[in-house]
Amino acid sequence: MRLAEAWRVALDALRANRMRSGLTMLGMVIGVGAVVILVALGTGTKNEVQAQVEGLGSNLLLVVPGQVSLNAAPAVSRLDQSDLDAIIRIAGDRDRVAVSLTSGENVRAGNEQVFTSLLGVLETTPKVFLRDVRSGAYLTRTDVETGRRVAVLGSTVARTLFGERDPVGQQVTIAGVRFRVIGVFAPLGQSLGVDRDNEVHIPLSTAQRLLATKRVDAFAVKAPDAETIDRLGRDIVAELHRRHPDEEFSAVTQEQILGVLGDILGVLTAVLAAIAGISLLVGGVGVSNIMLVSVRERTREIGLRMALGARPRDIGLQFLLEAVLLTTVGGLLGIAFGVGASLATAALSPVPAALTWWSIALAFGVSCAVGIVFGVVPAQRAGRLDPVVALRSE
Amino acid sequence: MTADAAIEAIDVARTYALDGVSVPALRGVSLTIAHGEHVALVGPSGSGKSTLMHLLGGLDQPTSGRLRIGGRDVAGRTPAEMAHLRNATIGFVFQSFHLLSRTSALDNVALPLVYRGMGARERRERAAVMLERVGLGHRVGHRPNQLSGGEQQRVAIARALVTEPAVLLADEPTGNLDQTTGAAVLELLEQLNTAEGVAVVLVTHDREVAARARRQITMRDGRIVSDTAVDEAGEAAG
Repeated sequence: MRLAEAWRVALDALRANRMRSGLTMLGMVIGVGAVVILVALGTGTKNEVQAQVEGLGSNLLLVVPGQVSLNAAPAVSRLDQSDLDAIIRIAGDRDRVAVSLTSGENVRAGNEQVFTSLLGVLETTPKVFLRDVRSGAYLTRTDVETGRRVAVLGSTVARTLFGERDPVGQQVTIAGVRFRVIGVFAPLGQSLGVDRDNEVHIPLSTAQRLLATKRVDAFAVKAPDAETIDRLGRDIVAELHRRHPDEEFSAVTQEQILGVLGDILGVLTAVLAAIAGISLLVGGVGVSNIMLVSVRERTREIGLRMALGARPRDIGLQFLLEAVLLTTVGGLLGIAFGVGASLATAALSPVPAALTWWSIALAFGVSCAVGIVFGVVPAQRAGRLDPVVALRSE
Repeated sequence: MTADAAIEAIDVARTYALDGVSVPALRGVSLTIAHGEHVALVGPSGSGKSTLMHLLGGLDQPTSGRLRIGGRDVAGRTPAEMAHLRNATIGFVFQSFHLLSRTSALDNVALPLVYRGMGARERRERAAVMLERVGLGHRVGHRPNQLSGGEQQRVAIARALVTEPAVLLADEPTGNLDQTTGAAVLELLEQLNTAEGVAVVLVTHDREVAARARRQITMRDGRIVSDTAVDEAGEAAG
């Protein structure tokens, strides 16, 4: 009965001061909404990165110059054809090794033009990575060994240059040199706002000639199974280090890439969560402040209730519930706002957002907790009032 | 100690500490309020009558001396125990009514029963009976601002009596009312005193109001200076 009365009184107090309650809740709405949105964005990004890395294929080892870590700058490659041959020897099978030499180039066809990632590759790419050709065919070993001017287009490039027409058999001009289109990739879609279909594959030898370089930027090696992947990585790095004693190399697995990206996203999420946490804290302070005002305003009422038999606990509970009601109603509105904003973001922009039940439960729990933490001091103050003094107050 | 005393004070003193200086408000008061008595507590402001009323009502505890409310010694009781004691024994009527403004007459009257843990239905039934009793059966759903001053004080009296207390403490109950309305409220209190057997203690500085009581206690400088029975004609006997 006493609890029911406390709820009734708390609700009534909030209704009596609609404007004030609303503004106080706004702090919670923003704080909780921010938490829900940021967690959704963090989770969505993580899911997408994970799907993308796993979507490359299985048991992959990526070999790059330099170190792979949060605080290392990308290194310029000194790897070349002889290193490729050495890695193929270690891998034991040419079909297990993919390579890339990357450059940003303009590709033209007729009056259309697109800036794209040009990749010099081996014919083995589809055997190492999961990559489907929608029409035509991929590069052949002969294309690579004879340095033919043939290209496989990403679906964005194909659509931009040729519209609905089939580009296979057509000519494109890359860096002023004419190429024949022999295939078009199946689309991969966007990821984190980056169009993964905006690329063109040409034979590595052709690319080296076109770019007037001997270098190779990175290798990917497909291990036969998960057990051999670590040893294979160590062997490759040791061999490369033997060949280039003054340079560092890294062979990273998908798990390690996910680990590094997870670290980055983790730091990012932590920073954003801390900012959201500050806004929750500010919201909580606002609640505390308003509750102190409310206690002062209703001192006479507190005195009366005490005279009529309310215990300090009854009074304290009444104000604590009022604070919790402020924060939880604010929290629920914040959750609604956060969910809406996350869904809108996911639907209207390339930024991924994934809602998780635990983040919503957490947000609600935090709302209750903020109410209790920031309501307890005003509630105690109310409960400890001297009934004589309280009755006399104006 | 008398067995049937509603409130009993023996050499009760109350000292306030103001900025480190102790200010005596009551300097040793002994007093017994019997069940069913009608007492007026009079004296100039600063005489200690408010302090005494707070003590008699269990709102405050004496600095020294013994105080028994409803047969129970208040010494060493926690605020929660004092709240329970007030709820069980005392009904308060204030000069400024002290009604909850956003609450109906019925729920105002039912309020003390909330702190008794009584269910809503029974509370409202009892409150309705009490409002009928003070002549406001037709005003149950009205809010205080829809009632006249006299009606508001009747609601307050109904609230004070809904718990069936042993003592009703009324602090200047007519202070905010015009003479006619005030007289009607006093009449109601007297009638309830006779009919329900509730002891009524009126704190007032109005001689006319005090004269209607059957016993007058006069205070000055924190002490009782006279405690006299009044005959039916309203004249002090001693």
